Parts: sequence; structure tokens; C-alpha cells
Amino acid sequence: MIIGLDVGGTHTDVVLLDNAGLLREVKVTTDASDLFRSILKGLDAVTEGVDTAAIRRIVLSTTLTTNAVIQNTIPAVGMIVSSGPGIDPEHFRTNPHYVCVKGSIDHRGREVEPILPEEIEAAAERFRESEIRQVGVVGKFSVRNPAHEIRIGELLGDAFDKIFLGHRVSGSLNFGRRIATTYLNAAVYPIHKSFFDAVLNSLSAKGMHLPLRLLKADGGNMKLEASIEYPAQTILSGPAASVMGAVAMAAGDEDAIVMDIGGTTTDLAVLVGRAPVLDPHGIAIGPYRTLIRSLETLSIGMGGDSAVRWRNSRLTVGPDREGPAVLFGGSVPTPTDALAAVGDMSADDCGPACIGLKPVADQMGISVGTLAGRVVETACRAMLAAAERLTAHINGKPVYTLHEFKEGYQVRPRSVLVLGGPAPYFAKHLQRLTSMQVRVVPRWQVANAIGAALARTTCEVGLFADTEQRVASAPAENYLQPITDAYNLETATTQALNLLRVKALERGANPDSLEMEVVESQQFNMVRGFTTIGRNIRVRVQVKPGLIHGYDNLLRSLAAGGEPSA
Amino acid sequence: MMLQAKNRVGLVFFPAYDWAISPNHPEREERLLYTQDQILEEGLFDIEGVVELKPDPVVLADIQRVHFCVPDAWSIATESHFISAGGAKTVGMAVLERQVDKGFALVRPPGHHAMRVAHGSRGFCNINIEAIMIEFLRRKYGVDRVAIVDTDCHHGDGTQDIYWHDPNTLFISLHQDGRTLYPGSGFPGELGGPNAVGYTLNIPLPPHTSEEGFLHVIRHTVRPILDDFKPQLIVNSAGQDNHYTDPITNMNFSAQGYAELTSLLNPDIAVLEGGYSIEGALPYVNLGIVLAMAGLDYSNVREPDYDRRQIRQSEAVTAAVKDVADLVLSCWRGRDQLRESMLEKGGSHRRTRRIYYDTDGFSESQQEEVRLCDACGGALRIDSVSDRGPHVLAVHIPRKACARCRKAGQQWYEQGAVKRFDRVFMQDGGEDKFIIKKS
Repeated sequence: MIIGLDVGGTHTDVVLLDNAGLLREVKVTTDASDLFRSILKGLDAVTEGVDTAAIRRIVLSTTLTTNAVIQNTIPAVGMIVSSGPGIDPEHFRTNPHYVCVKGSIDHRGREVEPILPEEIEAAAERFRESEIRQVGVVGKFSVRNPAHEIRIGELLGDAFDKIFLGHRVSGSLNFGRRIATTYLNAAVYPIHKSFFDAVLNSLSAKGMHLPLRLLKADGGNMKLEASIEYPAQTILSGPAASVMGAVAMAAGDEDAIVMDIGGTTTDLAVLVGRAPVLDPHGIAIGPYRTLIRSLETLSIGMGGDSAVRWRNSRLTVGPDREGPAVLFGGSVPTPTDALAAVGDMSADDCGPACIGLKPVADQMGISVGTLAGRVVETACRAMLAAAERLTAHINGKPVYTLHEFKEGYQVRPRSVLVLGGPAPYFAKHLQRLTSMQVRVVPRWQVANAIGAALARTTCEVGLFADTEQRVASAPAENYLQPITDAYNLETATTQALNLLRVKALERGANPDSLEMEVVESQQFNMVRGFTTIGRNIRVRVQVKPGLIHGYDNLLRSLAAGGEPSA
Repeated sequence: MMLQAKNRVGLVFFPAYDWAISPNHPEREERLLYTQDQILEEGLFDIEGVVELKPDPVVLADIQRVHFCVPDAWSIATESHFISAGGAKTVGMAVLERQVDKGFALVRPPGHHAMRVAHGSRGFCNINIEAIMIEFLRRKYGVDRVAIVDTDCHHGDGTQDIYWHDPNTLFISLHQDGRTLYPGSGFPGELGGPNAVGYTLNIPLPPHTSEEGFLHVIRHTVRPILDDFKPQLIVNSAGQDNHYTDPITNMNFSAQGYAELTSLLNPDIAVLEGGYSIEGALPYVNLGIVLAMAGLDYSNVREPDYDRRQIRQSEAVTAAVKDVADLVLSCWRGRDQLRESMLEKGGSHRRTRRIYYDTDGFSESQQEEVRLCDACGGALRIDSVSDRGPHVLAVHIPRKACARCRKAGQQWYEQGAVKRFDRVFMQDGGEDKFIIKKS
């Protein structure tokens, strides 16, 4: 049995399932001020009367770190940033204790200017005076040569609880994002660690010794132990849970749009052959742009509770929410009221919804029925337009080779998979406006928790080799290897896949069904004068997001409308 | 403290990682690799207001609006040329449609050595990507007066050739003295054809010219001329081979200098041309150019080995630069007088040329005739044959041709006998038509 749990803004959704079908689904109210209690309440409810010894894993998607960042309830962190020439590193400042120091590495990883130990020691001294416990260290081009970051880490010594080095958080280039990513890891570390220590203790106290996994923003999971080193990867896992829930319903050979329709927003993503399309950069949260791998998503201010108004002779729906639908006690009419007024909900709902819509209908001089139809259509058109924008954005990504220019995959969605509270009501109206096939994801109200439960362990490895400098490195994996002239793209790819396998197993992947793929492989002859002096090789491999194996019966049962059996 | 560009800049980055002239050629796969590393690491595309655009390749008509390709466009331009020219076009469209304030096409292969008649590849160039962009923008958006400032270290002889007779296009090239570098042309006396004299300006600079010299020319000569000409569009052919580390030239320019030059020149559109110091210069020069175009601080952009004292120019260089800067400014100011004297005799003007295609290793002979005209750029007739064989007659009717030149051009085309020529082409700039007669 597996438990999937997704903490949302209003509800925490929990499912218990096994390979035959969905056993139990539970919704508990989220107490934003006490996520710990919300999670335990959900786990208690879903395991009540169940033999917990048969539970193989629990996958949690929480808003813990997301909330900490958005509400800025994070502790003071020290940042040491070594930039060298280029854009002023002040522009990448993340926090008050942000110290720019000397030291510079160039694009091929050669030292241009050394670091000054006394500068580091002085910064450490100030951090200690400010009672800082976590420090992030980031150098420009540290993923080409991490020596400066490592040396700075050594100089900081044992005076801090935890030191995060930039080259370990991601193997990708982008100094500003590396700074933000390292900062966020350092900043959420204590909150994350103490929270999950408490969760584990509390489960132990109940006699539940369960392996915990956490969902990441890329729709994959990792073991709790691994998350302690990379806590920021749990930020914004919520949207990923829903998308993974929709994957279960996608046909294998077609592209699909996922629409998670909530109260305030609709979040869209794209599936290609049952794999979500990833954002090539990383998540953006608050003022931070990061290298944290995530799904390519688009969020629009259009949901079941979006405010309906007549303003400047125009009917507007959203982008804001003023409260629940009039039908549910709110004061401003919403698409939910419109859906009730067009007769999609129970007859009892129509009365209050129509009363809610009437003032706007009067302003416009049209009937409530006409207004309701227009509101629903406006909302659906906005969602479909967003789907088109997202598809165009994905297809419009620049490519850098003639081959990709000619052969590059173009996404052409044939279906729309809808989930979230009002999903079935909207689905019918969406279908009238599009030639794509609109399908409601089974168990649409808890599909997110199902998605969390079934997500596989994901990770990626970037490897860089330079035969002139005779080194191959995967800095994020702490891998640095001397190489010979014979080293080539093939050797590099094999090496990268080996590193990926080790990493994936460490993070909790199943060795028997590890699906690894090469996402980038480039080899350049380095020519100086008219002589080839070496090869410059870049390889990126990944375990792409998807569902774990062995749950096909469960998926069939869900598709057939299976109800929770326990 | 997120960086916010003062000017919105659209960037097309197309490094063509799977295309090279030949494996060890300077124009090879690796050329923009380190530039990409640098701009990714600096987070250029994360700057608010800097957007990366995906290029659309150009179409045949875009090329035919500018070139007479012999025997045809497919034999001259490969797919990478279509995309490279398309990169410039995409950037130009984004600027004209006000999607961005400025644009930079960081593309390869380059184009500024490609002339109006193109039999093959010269100076690593097959088709002229700036001219293709400009003529497209004129056709689609009605742009008229355009200034091109070519800051590549090599004389932009292809662009000069295409606009030699066009008084609506001001072409200014700064480059290393042709007596010391390919293609060996670009002297101050090359001022354009009789109908457009003074609208081609060449500023050859002595070897080892440094920041001081380049910036003097921009401030003292180029900027005042641009202010006089009042172009609707300024295009910079942004070659980066004046850099002190470039392996095939002899200048002492720097990333700081290029950024400052870009800031002074204030181009609407920049298009990458040459520049073959792919590790020591391009990553830093490109960063400097983009920051300057975006109106952002570039004072901390410098090469790892940059030392201002090491690259300082000699007093002799300073004096020579001053002289040529003054000379070119006086040519510009005297252009109307010069034009009058050249048009006095009436009839037409002929010149005979041999053009060497160094990249492909063959020569072309041209006899060119332009109708002297005080109303337009003049009908143009080019009789061209190359060592490779094809003998062509190419007739060009300017975009804003007067009735008499239009008629003259049509007659030349009609009279062109397919017995004598393998192909007879006519490019009708007014009608935006390209027609061919074959034997």
C-alpha cells in the first residue's frame, strides 16, 4: 500500500491505494498555522483500522517550504558570493547578510583571480556575531570549477550548522539563479529539518515506522533523507502533484493539456507521451528565480471563485477572487454561480446563484440566464487561450542546431485533462469551445494525492568534460575525474548514466525499472590556430518524471470509475 | 534588485552547433559555445526586458530582393544561411513591431562580404544577412532611410557593393586598413556610385588602433554624420574581430570599448558579423554589447587578461586616426558638390571589376553600368562571369526608381539575349519582383 498526501491551501487530500485500486480517500481541512497537525490528521484518518505494516511508502507534498518563502518566515542566512567581472553581483542580492568577495573563475573553469582567505574569515566572523547558523557559498562558473566554493567552505569551518555550496545545488549555468537556489536551500533547511524530524517522531510514537518521501516541483519524489541536503526542491510541489494525477489518465501516444481548475486560479501543464514537459530553467517563487527543476506550467487568474463584474462597459471575470461563490455565502458573483444558474448543479443551487448574478445582469440590461452563459464562456475561453499560449511558448523555445530546427518536436495537444473542484462542470462547456477532447480526470477531487502517491523518483546529472584540461566533472555529484585524450562523447554518456543510476538509487528509485534518458549530448572539437587541441563535451541525463511501475490495475480501475474500496 | 533593462532588447541566439565551413575553419561549430556559456552564467535572459526570440528562416523572395545568386539561391545559401538571415529578420521585425526597443542577432554564419551578385562564398559569407533584413523591413514596414555602421575589423565590401548606388542607405565601415588585411578594400576614396556619392563612407584604421581611436571616430565622425543623415533605422554590423586577442587581425580593441561604442552608436539593430577569438573575446564582447543595448551598467565587463596599458595605441596611430576621421567628415560634408560634378556629363557610368571568392577559391569578372540619374539610385546592369562557368546578366531596378530608370532597366532585361548569357535576371525593387530568363 502507498499513501499519497497533498497539502493544499484549503484542504489536505490523502489517498491510500494499492496495485488493485483506490482503498480510501480523505479530505481534511488544512490549518495553515499548523501544517504538522493537518498532515497527522490526514494520515490518521487514512490509516484508521489499516495494518500500517503493509504500507510501503508515504509520499508527501506539502506547502511548508513554499509558505516559508512566500511569507518570508525564514531565518537569517549568510551568503558569500564570489563573482569576478561581469554583471554586478549586487543585482543578485538575496538577503541582508550577503557578502561579495574576491575570486574569479572563467567559462572554462580556469582561475582568473584567487580568493582572499582573510575576507572569508572576516565574513564568517560577522555571520557568527549575527548568530547565523546556515551559510550559502556561490561562485560564478563554480560548476566549471568548484575549487573556490570548496575552499571557502573549508575556511568557514565548523562554526555553522550547515553550509550549502552552489555547485552542489545544480549543475546548470546561471550565476544569479544559483545564488537564489543556494540561498533558498540554506534558508528553508532548519524549518524543513525540524518539521520532518517531528513528523517522523510522531509517526514512530504511533508505531508507524514508514519510509517517507517528498514530492518535488518536477513531479518526482525523493527520500526524506535526501531532501535534508536539498530542502528547496520541495518548494512548489503542489502543482506537480495535480499534473502527476492527470498523467494517470493520459493516453500513451498523444499530447495533452492538463488544467487544474481551482477557486482562484487555473494551472496548466502539458503532457507529451505521459511525461510532463519540464521548464528548462527552474521555478520562480516570490522574487527568486531558481535552478530548481520544475514542470512547465502556466497559472491564470481564472477559477471557480473568480470575481464577476461589469466594469467600464465590459464584463470581466477574475483575475482576482473576493471570496466564495454567492451560492456558498459569498457576496460577489462567480463562475461557480454561473454554472449553477445555467443548470449544471442541483436545482436548489440555482436560486441563490441567480440572486447573486442579478445585480450584474441588471447593470448590463440582460437576463440572468444570458449573463450566466456569457460568464461560463468567458471563463472557458480564457482557459483555452492559456492552453494555446502555453503550447506556443513550449514550441517557441529557441533551438541551437540545424538538426533541432528541422526535427525539433512540436507539441500538438489532442486532449484536455481537467481536474480540481469544479472540473466536471467546466469540462462540458470547455468541450463546446474546442476541437480537443476534454476529459475529466477520475477522482478529480483527490487526483493530486493519487499523483503524489504514484510519482517516481526523479533526478538529473550534468557532466562536463574538457580533454585539453584533462578533466571530466559532474560538480553537483561531487564528481571530478582526470581523463585522457581518448575520452569522448560515448565515454561521457556512459559515465553520466552511471552517476545517474547511483544518484537515483540513493534518492529512492527502484533499480528494476529505472528509466534513464539522455537529454543533451554535445561534443565540440576545440581548435586553436588550425590545430585541434581537445574536445569539449556536455552531457545531461535524467530520470524523467512519470508514474511508478506495477500500478496498471489501479489505473484501469480508476478509469473505469472505481470507488474507494475500504 | 532584479535587473531591469532600460531598453527592451530582443535577442536571437543561433549558434548553429552542427554547422561549419570545414572542421578547422574559424567559422566552425565551437564559435559561439563560450559566448553561450557566458550569457547563460550571467543570466542575460533573466534580465527583465531582455527576451530571447526564436528565428524564422528567410524565404527565397527575401534573398532575391537583395541578391542575384548564381546559378540560384539553393546553390549559394545552405539551410544555416536561411536561419542566420532569418535571425536578423526576426530581430528586425520585433523592433519594427515595437515588441522590443532594440534587437541583436547573435547568429552565424555572417554575411557582410556577400555582394549583390553572389557566385559563392567570400570571407566566410554567402548571403548578406543585414541587407536581406533591411530590404525586408523596407518592403513590409515602409522604412526608407537606413544607416549601416559596420564595425567588423574587415571592410564590409559586400554591404558596400549592395548599397553603392543607393542614396537612401548610408553605409559607414570602420575597419583595419585594407593594405594590411582582407579584403584589401575600403579606402576613404570609395564613396559610392555617382548617384549616391558620399553615402558610402570608409574609415580605415591603422593596425593596433585601441579604444581611444575607435571611440574618437565614433564621437568625432560617425555620430555627427548620423545626426545629419537622420536615419529611421541604425543597423550595426557588429563584428568583434577588432579585439586585441583576435587571431586573424591586428587591432587592440576591448569588450569595454565595444560596449562604449554600442552605447555611443545607439543602434536599433545589431547583427553579429566576424570575431574569431571565441574564448578570449566573444563571451565578453557580446555581454558588453547586450548590456549596452539594454542601457545597463557594463563597467564591470572585462576580459580576464585585460590590461588597458598593454593595449594602448601609439601616438602615431592616434595621429593617423585623427587624420582619417577628419577626412571622412569632410567627404561627407562635400558630398552634394561632388555628386553634382559627377552627374554633369549625363548618360551612364561603367566600371569593370574582378572579385575574388577567397573561401571558395575562384574569381568573378564584372562589368557594371549604372544610369546617371538625379532622381533615383539609377538603373543598374551587371554582366558577370566566374571561373566556375555561369555567365549572367543581372538588371536591378531600384526600389524608388524614376520612370526613366525603370524603363531603362526593363529594356536591358528584354535585350539580354539568352544565347549570350546562361541566365538573365531582373530584380524590380519597385514591384518587389524577381524574374529569370534561361537558355
